[in-house]
Amino acid sequence: MIVDGIIETLQRPTYMGLLWTHIQLSVLATLLGLLISLPVALAVRNTPLGAAIAVNVGNLGRAVPSLALLAIVFPFLGFGFTAPLIALTALAIPPILINASTGLREVRNEVIDAARGMGLSEGQILRRIQLPIAAPVIFAGVRTSAVQVVASATLATFIGGGALGDLIVEGFSRGDTAILLAGALSVAALAIITEVLFDGFERAFTPKGLKIAQQRRGR
Amino acid sequence: MQGLQPRFFDWGWLRENFFEDVWPAFVGHLYLSFVSVAIALAISLPLGVFVSRYRKLYTPVLFVTGFLFTIPSLALFAFLVASGVGIGPRPVIIGLVSYSLLVLIRNVVTGIDSVPPETIDAARGMGLTNRQILFRVELPLALPVIVAGIRIATVTVIGIAVIGAFIAGGGLGQLIFDGIDRSFPTLVLTGAVMATLMAIFADVSLLLVERYMRPWARRAGGAK
Repeated sequence: MIVDGIIETLQRPTYMGLLWTHIQLSVLATLLGLLISLPVALAVRNTPLGAAIAVNVGNLGRAVPSLALLAIVFPFLGFGFTAPLIALTALAIPPILINASTGLREVRNEVIDAARGMGLSEGQILRRIQLPIAAPVIFAGVRTSAVQVVASATLATFIGGGALGDLIVEGFSRGDTAILLAGALSVAALAIITEVLFDGFERAFTPKGLKIAQQRRGR
Repeated sequence: MQGLQPRFFDWGWLRENFFEDVWPAFVGHLYLSFVSVAIALAISLPLGVFVSRYRKLYTPVLFVTGFLFTIPSLALFAFLVASGVGIGPRPVIIGLVSYSLLVLIRNVVTGIDSVPPETIDAARGMGLTNRQILFRVELPLALPVIVAGIRIATVTVIGIAVIGAFIAGGGLGQLIFDGIDRSFPTLVLTGAVMATLMAIFADVSLLLVERYMRPWARRAGGAK
């Protein structure tokens, strides 16, 4: 009986719109978060103080509750798509910023010296040494952000942003378990798919040399 | 509530209603978070010690708690309501506990693992029993890592407890939801800012506790 209700909800003509809004919000926010944090991490990669500031700001940012972020943006922008997008972008920044900064700093100095000794320019060192070595760590950050953003996009419903949270709110306020579950299951599935997808990306972006080294270390 | 309005933030309201509306929400939020982390710790400590001994169980435990951790909080609360737990603080606390398990168990195991085998050999050589080794050597040495887990769990729990107000768990989220319903930005911002401050305060103070507990890291000049 409940299963029928869930299937009925999933087959609503409006369902695809909610799903699409959810995906759009998540993808855009994660991308914007990446576009903002990566250049910052690159800019501070060779200055210990700058990197420390970036990591600490990121750590503070991680503590900010997701619903609080949405609620802080909301009075300024009102209901709609922009407010949740900005809040979710802000949510996506800290994990990527932290991981990109630490990942780039963790490239050992001897490796960079060796590259410099081989005559690589600073740009080449960045592109061919630092970024590939830091890539898995950076991707882990992007994954954390993406999963968090997908989960928090559910909350956009409270400030009129649409997305799959609408179903949860509707089911809750009407006391309709089937609609409630349809929303909750969709969101949970989306979060898990995101996690698995990025896990694959992370592996794909680990350079072959690093994988061999990891295996040798017995991981 | 489109854009900024005159009297956008009503300080007068905040002054007049602080002890009536805001303070109870703040205390309720503290209570929810504290109880949840305490229960989660009461589960994770013995479970963490147990899986650090029975290694085969560690991967399945990580998988299950990791799965719980991935489920978006609003969805988890919806599942709890749908499964008949009802609404109010109880399902919120259950949800918050389930989010804390992954971090806490992982850090208990990592902490115990970080104790050098020579130290345990030395303790055994001194004639300590297994139980004494656990309580006098392993757990005290693992404490900084466990506190690091408590810090992450606490910050996470304070953040997710805000969402718990949706299923009538109370706390600072209630101010946010009421403010949105009544189109009253003052209430929304008060709830959001106080929740943020509480999370940051918990983060920073527990970080200080963590640093204080590992003087060796401080001496070496490293943070983590």
